[in-house]
Amino acid sequence: MALYNDTVMDHFLNPHNVGEIENPDGKGIYGSPVCGDMMMVTLSVDENEVITDAKFKTYGCGSAIASSSMATDMIKGMKVEEALEVSNEKIVEELGGLPAIKIHCSVLAEHAIKNAIYDYAQTHGKTYAGLEGYVPNTDPDEDDEEEGFEEEQFSDEKK
Amino acid sequence: MRNVYLDYSATTPVKDEVLQEMIPYFTQNFGNPSSLYTPGLTAKEGLAEARRRVASLIGAEPGEIYFTSCGTEADNWVLEAIADKMKDKGRHIITSKIEHHAILHTCKYLEKFGFDVTYLDVDEEGFVQPEALKDAMRDDTVLVSIMAVNNEIGTVQPIKELAAIAKAGGAYFHTDTVQAVGNIPIDVRELGVDFLSMSAHKIYGPKGVGALYKRKGIQMPNFMHGGAQENKKRAGTENTAGIVGFGKAAEIAGRDLEEHRAHSSELREYLWEQIKDRIPEIKLNGPADFSRRHPGNLNVSFSYVEGESVLLLLDMKGISVSTGSACSSKSLATSHVLDAIGVPPAKSNGAIRFTVGDFTTKEDIDYTVECLTEVITKLRELSPVNDAKGW
Repeated sequence: MALYNDTVMDHFLNPHNVGEIENPDGKGIYGSPVCGDMMMVTLSVDENEVITDAKFKTYGCGSAIASSSMATDMIKGMKVEEALEVSNEKIVEELGGLPAIKIHCSVLAEHAIKNAIYDYAQTHGKTYAGLEGYVPNTDPDEDDEEEGFEEEQFSDEKK
Repeated sequence: MRNVYLDYSATTPVKDEVLQEMIPYFTQNFGNPSSLYTPGLTAKEGLAEARRRVASLIGAEPGEIYFTSCGTEADNWVLEAIADKMKDKGRHIITSKIEHHAILHTCKYLEKFGFDVTYLDVDEEGFVQPEALKDAMRDDTVLVSIMAVNNEIGTVQPIKELAAIAKAGGAYFHTDTVQAVGNIPIDVRELGVDFLSMSAHKIYGPKGVGALYKRKGIQMPNFMHGGAQENKKRAGTENTAGIVGFGKAAEIAGRDLEEHRAHSSELREYLWEQIKDRIPEIKLNGPADFSRRHPGNLNVSFSYVEGESVLLLLDMKGISVSTGSACSSKSLATSHVLDAIGVPPAKSNGAIRFTVGDFTTKEDIDYTVECLTEVITKLRELSPVNDAKGW
């Protein structure tokens, strides 16, 4: 009996790609401790625009940490353009699902990666279709809510 | 792996003495207490004995105890019934911002029917200020409901003083003592309360049983309608075995109160000392004066980490604790109790509640502190947040 499935627990207990790349080609932050979760992503990108390394540091619950680990795994080796296609739905799918009330945790990873790529594009003079009109933002309150449907919640009753 | 249960405020295991008294009521003494033949009367006598024991724990008369299905039912009953009874005399209720949801959500429900509810602020340790209650009292105030001990931060309220203020203002006074009975001395006459809610499973009794104390002479509408059980005030066939278990648990709680308090507070203080020594950048939530706190409660915020991850990693090591916040729901749902005492969200997201109890040992605490130190260090290494960055 566990709160999360085995894949999620594995990524939470032994997260991959933890840390911060020195002199990264792109760096993105999303969220804050006030909101309950925050992720920092650093990227190394080679001359062919391939993400050769990705590292993260995350403050948050089990699914926030697991999503960070999975998402950084997913984008390593991808072309920057492909990485922009990594949506929170894809992260959740790779994790084998998250509880409905935890879907927002995977949005954290999607946004932090997008912010890191935006930083890379700005500092390296690149433009990507996937970034068109994108305004990097570190405050989830200002983004549209992308949470899963609200179930009747039995879990927030403190005893 | 060692199993360490440190969430006695959530629920407690049923003590063996309690279970042994319950068992015959499932099998031999299974009769319906409303039946007039011998098996029914045997079951009825079981209820009567339980009622005497529960009454004795809080200094009440047996006739003032009404068994319910849980503490929440008792809270709902008294609020809704007094609202119904008094609606033509006044529609103002006073409670505090740190009550259990059983009270707060019922108050919200009553607001729909034209009741005006004042939610009193508390100070930074969770205490309701008697002066604030005095100021909030109005001519149309019909009920004041303040919990005796807070479930998250353990604050012990000055119930006697608060009840006297309500009385002087002509209002009924109710207190939720779900976390209090069995942990601090409770005497309804000494406190001067009109109503009191309690629950069996917080005092080593079974789940599914609670009780409402209603001071003799007060008339009040039913919550459950049907048969004549509970002096015609609470219909439904009694949970005989559960009620018998509640009675035994109450007897033990009264008998062993001082021993329980001494054991709990000693281990709680040891836990706090050890955490303070081993882990930097922490904050105690709730009363610093432990004599004004639930004897087993400790609530600590660990900077730069989030509570659920701490809970999960401790769970992997066999340790059960509770988070002070509710990241189990939405990102912004911090604890209403920690909010009310002014804990900033970044700190309340990293709050952990530990509650020790009768089966906790010093070795359990040593193991917990060992694991906790490891878990906090690991999560802080993983965290992008630290003091240098100004969080």
